[in-house]
Amino acid sequence: MLGYLIRRILAAIPVMGVVALFVFLLLRLTPGDPAAILAGDNATPEQLDRIRTSLGLNEPLYTQFFTWIAKLLHGDFGVSLISNVPVITMISNRIEPTISIAIATIIFTVIVAVPLGVIAAWKHGTWIDRFVMALSVIGFSVPVFVIGYVLIQVFAIDLRWLPVQGYRSFARGFGPFFERIALPTLTLSFIYIALIARMTRAAMLDVLDEDYIRTARAKGIAEHGVLLRHALRNAAVPVITVIGTGFALLISGVVVTETVFNLPGIGRLTVDAVLARDYPVIQAMILLTSGIYVGVNLLIDLSYTLLDPRIRY
Amino acid sequence: MAVDALPDPSLRITPRRLGRNVLRSNPIIAIAVICLVVIVLMAIFAPLISPHDPQLLAPAQRLKPASADYPLGTDAFGRDVLSRIIYGGRVSLLIGLGSAVFSVAIGLLIGLVSGFFKWVDAIMMRIMDGLMAIPAILLAIAVVSLSGASLMTVLVAITIPEVPRVARLVRSVVLTAREEPYVEAAISVGSSLPKIMWRHLVPNTVAPLIVQGTYVCASAILVEAILSFLGCGISPEIPTWGNIMAEGRAFFQIKPSLIFWPGLMLSIAILSVNLIGDAARDALDPRMKQREARP
Repeated sequence: MLGYLIRRILAAIPVMGVVALFVFLLLRLTPGDPAAILAGDNATPEQLDRIRTSLGLNEPLYTQFFTWIAKLLHGDFGVSLISNVPVITMISNRIEPTISIAIATIIFTVIVAVPLGVIAAWKHGTWIDRFVMALSVIGFSVPVFVIGYVLIQVFAIDLRWLPVQGYRSFARGFGPFFERIALPTLTLSFIYIALIARMTRAAMLDVLDEDYIRTARAKGIAEHGVLLRHALRNAAVPVITVIGTGFALLISGVVVTETVFNLPGIGRLTVDAVLARDYPVIQAMILLTSGIYVGVNLLIDLSYTLLDPRIRY
Repeated sequence: MAVDALPDPSLRITPRRLGRNVLRSNPIIAIAVICLVVIVLMAIFAPLISPHDPQLLAPAQRLKPASADYPLGTDAFGRDVLSRIIYGGRVSLLIGLGSAVFSVAIGLLIGLVSGFFKWVDAIMMRIMDGLMAIPAILLAIAVVSLSGASLMTVLVAITIPEVPRVARLVRSVVLTAREEPYVEAAISVGSSLPKIMWRHLVPNTVAPLIVQGTYVCASAILVEAILSFLGCGISPEIPTWGNIMAEGRAFFQIKPSLIFWPGLMLSIAILSVNLIGDAARDALDPRMKQREARP
């Protein structure tokens, strides 16, 4: 197990290396002077100089790369070209709303999607099954922002149950916090529910054909026991895997959802950085989200041994 | 001795018959095909059917409700929303189709070479893993923010994150196919490598690539709309569904239809392409029918 853990962590290094190299080269290999690209058309020579010094653009390419990597490894993601604030401070100031809706989304999705998938597989071929499948195709096809605006129209404008936009910190009370993350969570959950309900259904359909399910039923175990104890446990590995790969969807969805609901999270920070060409922020966000994605999938790989005792590393 | 009669030609499976069977057994697919055809025709004949010039500014007519002259009303610059939606389909479809074609072509090349040469494989797959770890939207907005938002850069930005998925798919098909006796036979009789790839390996990839291509197309249409919506896409005066919605954002509480109409068109287009992809997958690979795993 320890050997596997070490090998798995070592395997993540080249992946993150490629991400870092990509982010590094993207700015340097875009045709034109990188400093002029970032500063825009109306930049003064002083501004250009400041950007060149700030990003070390006067050095040879390989020196730039290794200096940059060394800084990254020390947790230095650079300084914003616009506000001169360290990028890591900007991110940590804005991370609370993002983490809140991401966690709420994962919890809500699992509570809704796994039972939906189990019921759809159990009632395979009936209207319930077709309903769940239709829901999942629609969830994949309707863009996040369209869902967001429909929910705002219904719950905030027509019914007036929830505020339209904005965010209140958890520290200022659970009620206002919950009211403001409810709609973003619902919005973001839609596509994730579609993905996970679909996967749960498929995994359960595979498992329900197995001999041990027939044996369990023959022993007279109640149907919910067969479904939950015998079938779902065995279907868990592919479902958990998709929760991990679907994490990329979640990250992309956050960027859009925060724009729709005007949440001051890191998704909105990224969009603002892109519009202002604040490249240090953009590259930090790419590195951070890719790192989280790789980390989550590493944890999921390791969780297989807990879920399925047959898997040994 | 009686010779078995050849199968009746009327029973042979032709592409047309396969298509007809799929449509008959699944009417929803027929609806999806019709929707997509209508959207494509609207985009092609946009100059003939739109009632107004989609870029014509008419400040006196701003944010007008639906009327006989402006069936879906006007936007904040007095431009006709219906005309902009009709023209908006052009960019979406072009990006969807272009991204599908380019990502399939590049992914096929990378996958073929990786499946055949171990040392290329080791390097290529690390690069592909790295690219797959970057969320597609972030990668796309980073590329667009640096290169400026033209149709071409948006297309490149959307295609890059799709390439690794195609390459991995092709590679897995090639790795399985190259163990087949007919490929070993071709190697042993000294067929040239390009010939082996083209004659024996590429045909194996066609069916999965058609399916993957439709999913790429749907996803590219979606990502283009998201980019435009975030303000990182094609320049705002060019009508795209995402741009119309981005401009409607500020007026959402006064005129929600500025978001709902383009949103509806976008959803119908993506839904149709996805449904056609599902149908293609079921028709080309019946074993996949139950699995439906699409990360």
